[in-house]
Amino acid sequence: MTGSAIKLDRIDFAYPGGEPLHFSTVFEAGSFTGLIGPSGSGKTTLINLIAGFEEPASGGLYFDDVNAAGTEPADRPVTMVFQDNNLFAHLDVFTNIALGVSASLNLSTGDKTLVATAMDKTGLSGLDKRLPRELSGGQRQRVAIARALVRDRPVLLLDEPFAALGPALRRDMLRLVSAIHKERAMTVILVSHDPADVKFAATHAAFLDAGRVVANRPVDDLFSASDIPGLQAYLGI
Amino acid sequence: MRSARSAGLHPAIIAAAVALGLIILAVATPMLALVAIAPSMPSLGADYLAFVWSITRFTLLQAGLSTLLSLVTAIPLARALARQASFPGRSIILRLLALPLALPALVVVLGIIEVWGRQGWVSTVVQGIGLGGPLNIYGLTGILIAHVFFNMALSARLMVASLEQIPPENWRLAAQLSFTSRHVFRHIEWPVIRSVLPGIASLVFMLCIASFAVVLVLGGGPKATTLEVAIYQSLRFDFDPPRAVLLAVLQILLCAGLFVLGGRMATDIAVMSSVGKPARRPDQSTSRLTDMLTIVAGLGFIALPMLAIVVSGVTAPFAAIVSQPVFWRALVTSLILALTAASLALAMAWSMLAAQRTIMRRRTPSRTATALVSGMQASGSLILVVPPIVIGAGWFVTLHKAGLAGSAAPVIVAIVNALMALPFVLRILRPAVVGQAQIHDRLCVSLGISGLHRWRLIDLPVLARSLALAFAFAAALSIGDLGAAALFGSADFVTLPLLLLQKMGSYRSFEAAGIALLLAGFCLGLIWLAEQLKPGAQAQ
Repeated sequence: MTGSAIKLDRIDFAYPGGEPLHFSTVFEAGSFTGLIGPSGSGKTTLINLIAGFEEPASGGLYFDDVNAAGTEPADRPVTMVFQDNNLFAHLDVFTNIALGVSASLNLSTGDKTLVATAMDKTGLSGLDKRLPRELSGGQRQRVAIARALVRDRPVLLLDEPFAALGPALRRDMLRLVSAIHKERAMTVILVSHDPADVKFAATHAAFLDAGRVVANRPVDDLFSASDIPGLQAYLGI
Repeated sequence: MRSARSAGLHPAIIAAAVALGLIILAVATPMLALVAIAPSMPSLGADYLAFVWSITRFTLLQAGLSTLLSLVTAIPLARALARQASFPGRSIILRLLALPLALPALVVVLGIIEVWGRQGWVSTVVQGIGLGGPLNIYGLTGILIAHVFFNMALSARLMVASLEQIPPENWRLAAQLSFTSRHVFRHIEWPVIRSVLPGIASLVFMLCIASFAVVLVLGGGPKATTLEVAIYQSLRFDFDPPRAVLLAVLQILLCAGLFVLGGRMATDIAVMSSVGKPARRPDQSTSRLTDMLTIVAGLGFIALPMLAIVVSGVTAPFAAIVSQPVFWRALVTSLILALTAASLALAMAWSMLAAQRTIMRRRTPSRTATALVSGMQASGSLILVVPPIVIGAGWFVTLHKAGLAGSAAPVIVAIVNALMALPFVLRILRPAVVGQAQIHDRLCVSLGISGLHRWRLIDLPVLARSLALAFAFAAALSIGDLGAAALFGSADFVTLPLLLLQKMGSYRSFEAAGIALLLAGFCLGLIWLAEQLKPGAQAQ
């Protein structure tokens, strides 16, 4: 499955009592975009809108020109890895991944092979009976990524899932995501508070400030640009 | 892409609306029946009013004194337990403080008579060392001892929980500033206790106002009767429904007023969140001796009646008890009532919490949905405003007129017991359900895990212990309840507490002791069994 293009067309959104946010941008099919910007700029809100956890007050959200209005999160062509609480603590690794195939856990032999393959690919072989508490932080996030693989959706959303990991482990995880992106040509959006991570793994970068997507360009273009308001102050250049 | 958000009402919301409707029906029907017979009330002469006033005054007096004594004794006990956070056996003592709430009131009364009665342990010691005659426990003194037994333990536990939320940085600061125990109390502990005190006081006051079994056995005479007991006596002894109506209305007005007042007085705990590691309190060593003495005294007051129940119970003539057919009838009736009431309470609580979870997940819930959530939250506390004996009295009047009081008794008692258990079941389940929702909701929604799949794979494994505890607690409350069962009791409808009351009334104290031990064993055994389940794994 190849990635979907995502279009946010004049989306307005506000949390109760919060500042209004306005999003208009396009994420190209098969791109890997890193979202950067100051705290409170709307990075997580933007991917929550794409995932369907928030509903826009107005405007349109399109996956390959299909309007997603009113579509439940589980029915969108999206899979998401959160910063924490990605796993059910009482279920073992295999079951946590298998829930991505079937919510009722009715698994065919093919489904079981699919789960085993995803475990191989994410370096989890042999850990299928372990509970989340018996895994390291990096392994837990690998389980979440393995589940994203078996869900096989065209869009992968990553909401700072590696923020709690050390620098070396974070790079390992970014390499893994990058490899999956290249292999499957998925559309990947990564929220990150570290521009270096975005430079390392992404093909595109989007800079958000005060609830707007100020720029969304190929990663090298964005980081070398001097015409983007607020970016240089954010990067401390 | 399928649009599901427009697809009508969620099944969880429909189930909650049905539960809410049942609760309103169960409470409103008897209230309307009471209102309907109001026109037939006699003119309120001076004697009548004096009688009602004396009962109301005693109700308020015993509740006020019970509250005061419970709080005054709970504060030093809570401080001592909070300060000595690491001595051996502390967790056992905290668990012991939770037991009174799970024990049937009638069983506790029997234990208190064994310790404090004319021929009790304390009287024997007092007489033995020549300090005076035997103690008289009947009347206000006995009621206060029993209420302090229940509520000192409850208040101390609630205060310890609040004191344990004090951030460790405060203790480091106190050590730096050379705070003495007095300074610690004034600047750190008292602000926390003060913030929870109004809520605890109003809860204890309401529990004492609605206390039935304690006052029925230890009070009950004209000078020591509360509204609850007077309602029961009006219906069972004098059969004077109009008087029961007047007393019931007074009881509701009192409880409603207190409930509103308690809600207004409740404040948030005045502590800040912390990221620090636990710190040693500067007053821990200097207060160790006084704390130990306080804990021993408090523990003795709570443990002695429980010990008395065991000591007198183990020597009871169990062969004679189990050879009586009425014992088996009472046992089976009590078990069926307890299981029915606990299942009903759990089903109502779960449907309400599941609906709240569904509604609160929506960023912009509709007005109807918001009203439903408010209704559900209020209905959980309805039984505190309209006590079980008042609901029972309304149903008794209604069914007695139709000649159905006997045949409908088990159903009504089960429903009233379920309503009585509902606030406790909600209190046990709500934090677990909310915590679970915060961790799993987004993931479940994202993966499309809902309905029965969610119940089977996620909710049940994670919440099994909380569900079992709530069920056990509701069953224990029901199996030990005397209120509604006393109103509807007859030769054909006997429960274990009713049988215990009959044995106590006919001076068969050895048999009573045996039944009391069995009842206590059932209640504590149920809760112990539920606690054996592993806690739901929520933290990754």
